[in-house]
Amino acid sequence: MSTSTNAIEALVNREYKWGFVTEIEQDVAPPGLNEDTIRLISSKKNEPEWLLEWRLKAYRHWLTIKEPTWHNVHYPPIDYQGISYYAAPKKKELQSLDEVDPELLRTYEKLGIPLEEQKMLTGVAVDAVFDSVSVATTFKEKLAELGIIFCSFSEAAQEHQELVRKYLGSVVPYTDNFFATLNSAVFTDGSFCYIPKGVRCPMELSTYFRINAASTGQFERTLIVAEPGSHVSYLEGCTAPMRDENQLHAAVVELIAHDDARIKYSTIQNWYPGDKDGKGGIYNFVTKRGKCLGRNSHISWTQVETGSAITWKYPSCMLIGDNSVGEFYSVALTNNYQQADTGTKMIHVGKNTRSTIVSKGISAGHGQNTYRGGVKILKNATGARNYTQCDSLLIGDKCGAHTFPYIEVKNSTARMEHEASTSKIGDDQIFYCNQRGITKEDAVNLIVNGFCKEVFRELPMEFAVEAQKLLSVSLEGSVG
Amino acid sequence: MLEIKNLYVKAGNHEILKGVHLKVNAGEVHSIMGPNGSGKSTLAQVLAGRETYEVTRGEVLYEGKNLLEMAPEERACEGVFMAFQYPVEIPGVSSAQFLKAALNAIRRARGLEELDAMEFLALVKQKFKVLGVDEKLLHRSVNEGFSGGEKKRNEIFQMALLEPRLCILDETDSGLDIDALKIVASGVNGLRSPGRAILVITHYQRLLNYIIPDYVHVLVEGRIVRSGGKELALELEEKGYALIEGGAGAAAPGRR
Repeated sequence: MSTSTNAIEALVNREYKWGFVTEIEQDVAPPGLNEDTIRLISSKKNEPEWLLEWRLKAYRHWLTIKEPTWHNVHYPPIDYQGISYYAAPKKKELQSLDEVDPELLRTYEKLGIPLEEQKMLTGVAVDAVFDSVSVATTFKEKLAELGIIFCSFSEAAQEHQELVRKYLGSVVPYTDNFFATLNSAVFTDGSFCYIPKGVRCPMELSTYFRINAASTGQFERTLIVAEPGSHVSYLEGCTAPMRDENQLHAAVVELIAHDDARIKYSTIQNWYPGDKDGKGGIYNFVTKRGKCLGRNSHISWTQVETGSAITWKYPSCMLIGDNSVGEFYSVALTNNYQQADTGTKMIHVGKNTRSTIVSKGISAGHGQNTYRGGVKILKNATGARNYTQCDSLLIGDKCGAHTFPYIEVKNSTARMEHEASTSKIGDDQIFYCNQRGITKEDAVNLIVNGFCKEVFRELPMEFAVEAQKLLSVSLEGSVG
Repeated sequence: MLEIKNLYVKAGNHEILKGVHLKVNAGEVHSIMGPNGSGKSTLAQVLAGRETYEVTRGEVLYEGKNLLEMAPEERACEGVFMAFQYPVEIPGVSSAQFLKAALNAIRRARGLEELDAMEFLALVKQKFKVLGVDEKLLHRSVNEGFSGGEKKRNEIFQMALLEPRLCILDETDSGLDIDALKIVASGVNGLRSPGRAILVITHYQRLLNYIIPDYVHVLVEGRIVRSGGKELALELEEKGYALIEGGAGAAAPGRR
C-alpha cells in the first residue's frame, strides 16, 4: 500500500497551556554582560570568593571563544548584551514555604507541582527554580535524616562548600564549550544533590524550572553526587511563558557516580516552543554529562523533549569505572518550526563498559529533528559494548529527520550494534483507525505513543503518564 | 438502512462508478460481484469515507442520513464497518490498545460508558472464544507480521467486537485457503441478525457457498448490470462475467 500524505497536513499548534506570566515584583539586573554582572550575581548569592574567581575565569575564557556552528539548527545571532542575567522575585531570605509569595505558589500550582508537604502521597521532593532563584525545596528534613542533601545550588555553595568545590566543573569543565562556559560565568541557581554511601534515596527528587521574567536568560546548574552504593532518581521539568522574543536557556548538569552507585536522570522539557509560525520560543542550549567514575556504576538519562524553539543537548556518559553502564533514552518532538539537534556521547574508558542508546525522533509540521550521537571506545576499554537504536517518525511532508551517528573504536574486542529506521504515519494507517471510530488526532497519538513506548518505559510511572499527555498536546492539530 | 442513488465516483481523472443504485434493508445480506476493475472496492471505500475518491453525483443515505457528509470516524461510530481487503499494519501499537481506543470511541458516540482495562479484557476474551482467535494477538502490533489469513480473521474479529449495523466485507476471501475461508465465513454468519445488514464484495462465488446472500448484484464497468437471488452467483461462476449482458469486464484494466 502506498503511504502518501495527502490527508495529513501541516500542523496547527494548540495554545501552549503553560504560557501565562506571573504578576510578581521582580528584582531584575539590567541587561548586559561584563565582569560587574558576574560580581553582582555572585554577591546577590552571597558566594564564597573562590566561586567568584571560578566564574570570572570562565567569563574571561568565554571572551576568547566563538559560538559553535557545527550543529544542524539555524537561528539569528543571539545578542548576549541584550539579556538580563539575573531576575528574582522580590523577597529576601526564605525560611519556609509560608514566606513564599502566594502568587508564586499559585504559579506552581497551575503547573501541577505539589509544593506543599501535605501532598506527601506523591512521594516527590521538589526544588522549584523561578527565573534565577530557587523558591522552595520540599521534604528537606526528611531527606536530611538519611544524610541526603537536596537543596538549591546557591545554598549548597554556602553550606556545603567542600563538596561543591570538589565536584563543580569536574565533569563539565568551564572550558568545555561556548554555552557551558557562559553558564559557568553567569549561572544563577539550580539544584544540588548528594547521596551518601549506601543510601537509596526513598523518593523521586525533582526540580521544576520556570522562566518568568521577560528578556532574561536562565542559566541553572545542577550537580548530583552519588557516593558508593547509593541510588537516586531525579527528574526535572521546565516551562516558560509565551513571549514573542526568543529567550536563552543555557544549563549545565553534572553527575558523578562512584562505585556501584546508580543515577537515573529524567527530563521532561516543555519550554515554550514558539507559535505556529515559529515566532518566539526558548533557545535551549544545554550541556549534560555524567561521569561513571566507580566500578559497576550506572548512569541513565531519559529525556522527553517537546518544547523549545531550538533544542541543543547531548546528555552523555563517561564510562571510566570498569563494568560501568551508560544509558540514553530519548524522545524528541519537533512541531511547527521547532528545531532539535540532540543525542548523546558515550565514552568507553574502562573495561567491560556497556552503553545503550535509544533515540526516537518525531517530526511534524516544518519541524527539523536531528539525532547526533558519538560512541567512542578507547584503547583500554576491553570488552566494551554499545547498542544504538535510532528511529525517526515523520508526520506530514514538510518536516525533516536527520541522523549523524559517529563511531570511533580503538579496541578490537568492542562489540557495536547500530539500528536505525525512518517511518512515516501514512494516510492508510490514519484511515484504518478512522474506520474503527478513532479520530485522526487520536490515531496520531496512538501511533506516536506506540513509537515512543521503549522510552516511556524508562520514565518513573507518574511521569510516563505526564509525558504521554504532553506529547498528545504538542501534536494536537497535527493532522488536517 | 442503506440507499445508494445514482452514484458517480472519480479517482483523479478516472471515472470509476457511473450511476450505481442499491438499496439494502436491515437483516439482509447482499453480495456485490464483479470482475477486476469494475469498481467494487471503490464502492466499499466510498461508503467507508476514503478521501482519495471524489463523488461527482448522486447520494448515499444511511439510516435516512446523508452518509457522504460524515467523516469516516463518524460513520464508524454510527455503525458502518468495513473489513479491509488489505488490513493496514500499525507497528508499535498493540492490538489491545487499538481495539480499546476503537471500542471506547464508538461506545462514547453511542452514549455508553467507556470500558476500563479489566472490562475490556473480559469482553475481548469472550469474543475471542467465539471466533477461536488466539489471545496472544492482543499483545502483537496491529496486523504487523500477521499472515494473510490472520489479518482477515482479525478484521472479522474487530467486526464482532464493535457490533456495527452495516458491515462491508471488501474481498475478505482474497488470499484465503479453504480452512481460513470457512472460519471467516462462520464468523460472519454468526453476526447475521435482523438489525444488521451485510454487504459482501467478492470476485469469486466461492465465499457465497458459506455466506449465503439474499441478493446478488453484478457490477460491471461502474454500473450494476444485473441483480438477482443467490442463484445468480452460480450462474456467474458457470458463464463468467464476460457473458453477462453489457459486460466487457474481462478486458477492463486491472485494479485492486
